Amino acid sequence: MVARFTSLKLSLSIARVHLFSKPKQTIIAMLGVTFGIGMFIALIGLMTGLNDFTEEITMTSSPDIHIYHDITEKRVSILEAVNPQGINVVHHQKPKNETAKLRGAARMVEVLRQDARIYGVAPMITSQVFYNYGPAQLNGQIQGVEILEEDKLFDLKAKMKDGRLEDLLAFHEGIIMGSGLARKLNIKKGDRVVITTPQGFTRTLKVVGIFQIGIGAVDNVRSYANMSMVQTILQQDKSYITDINIKLKDRHTSKTVAKELQTKFVYKAEDWETANATFLTGVTIRNIITYAVSFTLLVVAGFGIYNILNMTIYNKMKDIAILKAMGFAGMDVRSIFMIQSLVIGLLGGLLGLLVGFTLSSLIAQAPFDGGDVISLDHFPVNFKLKYYITGIVFGVSTTAIAGYMPSRKAAKIDPIEILRGQ
Amino acid sequence: MNPVLHAKNITKYFYDPEKFQVLKNIELKVERGQFLSLVGKSGCGKSTLMYVLSTMDTDYEGELQIANELLTGKSQNALAKFRNRHIGFVFQFHYLLPEFTVLQNVMIPALKLGELTTAEIEHRAMEKLGLLGVAEHARKKTNKLSGGQQQRVAIARALINNPDILMGDEPTGNLDSHNSGIVFEIFRELTTVHKQTIIAVTHDEEFARRTDRVVEMSDGQIITS
Ligand SMILES: Nc1ncnc2c1ncn2[C@@H]1O[C@H](COP(=O)(O)OP(=O)(O)OP(=O)(O)O)[C@@H](O)[C@H]1O
Ligand SMILES: [Mg+2]
Repeated sequence: MVARFTSLKLSLSIARVHLFSKPKQTIIAMLGVTFGIGMFIALIGLMTGLNDFTEEITMTSSPDIHIYHDITEKRVSILEAVNPQGINVVHHQKPKNETAKLRGAARMVEVLRQDARIYGVAPMITSQVFYNYGPAQLNGQIQGVEILEEDKLFDLKAKMKDGRLEDLLAFHEGIIMGSGLARKLNIKKGDRVVITTPQGFTRTLKVVGIFQIGIGAVDNVRSYANMSMVQTILQQDKSYITDINIKLKDRHTSKTVAKELQTKFVYKAEDWETANATFLTGVTIRNIITYAVSFTLLVVAGFGIYNILNMTIYNKMKDIAILKAMGFAGMDVRSIFMIQSLVIGLLGGLLGLLVGFTLSSLIAQAPFDGGDVISLDHFPVNFKLKYYITGIVFGVSTTAIAGYMPSRKAAKIDPIEILRGQ
Repeated sequence: MNPVLHAKNITKYFYDPEKFQVLKNIELKVERGQFLSLVGKSGCGKSTLMYVLSTMDTDYEGELQIANELLTGKSQNALAKFRNRHIGFVFQFHYLLPEFTVLQNVMIPALKLGELTTAEIEHRAMEKLGLLGVAEHARKKTNKLSGGQQQRVAIARALINNPDILMGDEPTGNLDSHNSGIVFEIFRELTTVHKQTIIAVTHDEEFARRTDRVVEMSDGQIITS
């Protein structure tokens, strides 16, 4: 069967002739789309790369649920307790002198470990301390942990820069120090550091390892020591536990599980999302910025295409009239111009993907100093296929919309009006 | 034998700037193979009538029948298809598409019709160009041709689908007497040899006198036919 020329094929070849007869104009329209899509790809790659990176380190450094004794929480006053029916006014209530101790922590841990939804439970003790090394004195935090439980939750092994986790088990008076803290104190593995508690008790511990999680807020202040050691420093007994960290099998259920645990144990149970609310708004804002900027660029490109098609149609008024006189239907004329805008959109978009990919690759190689806040030596950039698909779909639909109005106008041209004009 | 074109009681008004009747109860029958010229003073409504007869203008009262098909009331798409198949139109200006070659210009209406293969269409286009004596320019861009040659290419294009009627609105109006003569001879030959029906508006008395039938209009009416 010999191929017959369909109307669409004819429209296609006329569209091609139009595109090639004004190459400069075509290329400029295409570059508008290219620029829009290229920027979109580069921006979204960088933004989501940053998002994923921060999400990952926040996730690995904060537990899904954190149970602790919130001593700042509002409590029932004595007056309200004895006179529950009356109208009681208690002004400016002072926090009660309470310790941060979780009562019945051992029992709680046991119960939690039975829960099928829970992957790991790590009880621990947190306290503010001063670190002294020679003349240097720094405020920080010490966590008394069962180091292997902690590793199960936060994958500490992978975060060790020096030394091994097991050294802490072997060496009762050992301490594993955050990299930022160690740098500020100018401490190396094997050095001895003096710890001073808020109660004024001091103790000398040996640094057996250095860890780096990647967030300044942790690495610059925290050290890990053995739980019993910290209990001793704080002059507390073996039942003294201040925090329980929980990792769930499904992180997305943390909100509901936290609520349940809070009613069950009465102590504050904070979920991952609440603890990292600031970070999560950051993600949303970055996404909004990315889409807003890309959308603006594409709208500008769309206006470019709209203008160019309008101009082409204005210049080709007579051609359109004669085509219609010869028997081209409105639809045929419309497809001639729709094809042009789609070709511009598709080629410009594909080129844009290439430009975006190149830009992303360049950004990914550019050195970047995260400073004390996050440990990064270059930008994290995403190369996910779905963004490239979004980009091309986005670009082609913009050009389709921009091309539709002029094309429809061309389809509606009344040939008599044009031909009579002569 | 049925007439190839039958216009029944065609009436048309223009409303801008004020209501005015441009065509008044036009009755016209054209037999197949007839070479008809339409004459009349400037502004009497010749072009307006041609646009109605060519189906491009649908805003009229009365009925229009071509090749035994009633065209009044048909959709724009159906009329476009009909024009493509049954009517060839030549204007005072050639209206060739400047980006295409002579051959491509002639081929376009047939490609649109889609009844033949590209090779067959090209062959037929060359035939038509030969008939009009411009075959040697087939591969040139249209702006490389003289005015007379361009008009002959436009006629070849109008003939490519072997239309039932070839219509012309002052097809020689923009040509010198030499080229007008050539176009007239071609029309003459088309009607006598190929039994082509032709309706042509003209201001050229000499041209009109040599056609088979002269229809004269005045003030929107046919006065002699
Ligand atoms: N679109 C329009 N709106 C209003 N009046 C129009 C329109 N087109 C044409 N006319 C008027 O209709 C009348 C007929 O015009 P038409 O073009 O048919 O004349 P014609 O016989 O072809 O003249 P000519 O020989 O100069 O080409 C004229 O008076 C003209 O001014
Ligand atoms: Mg006229």
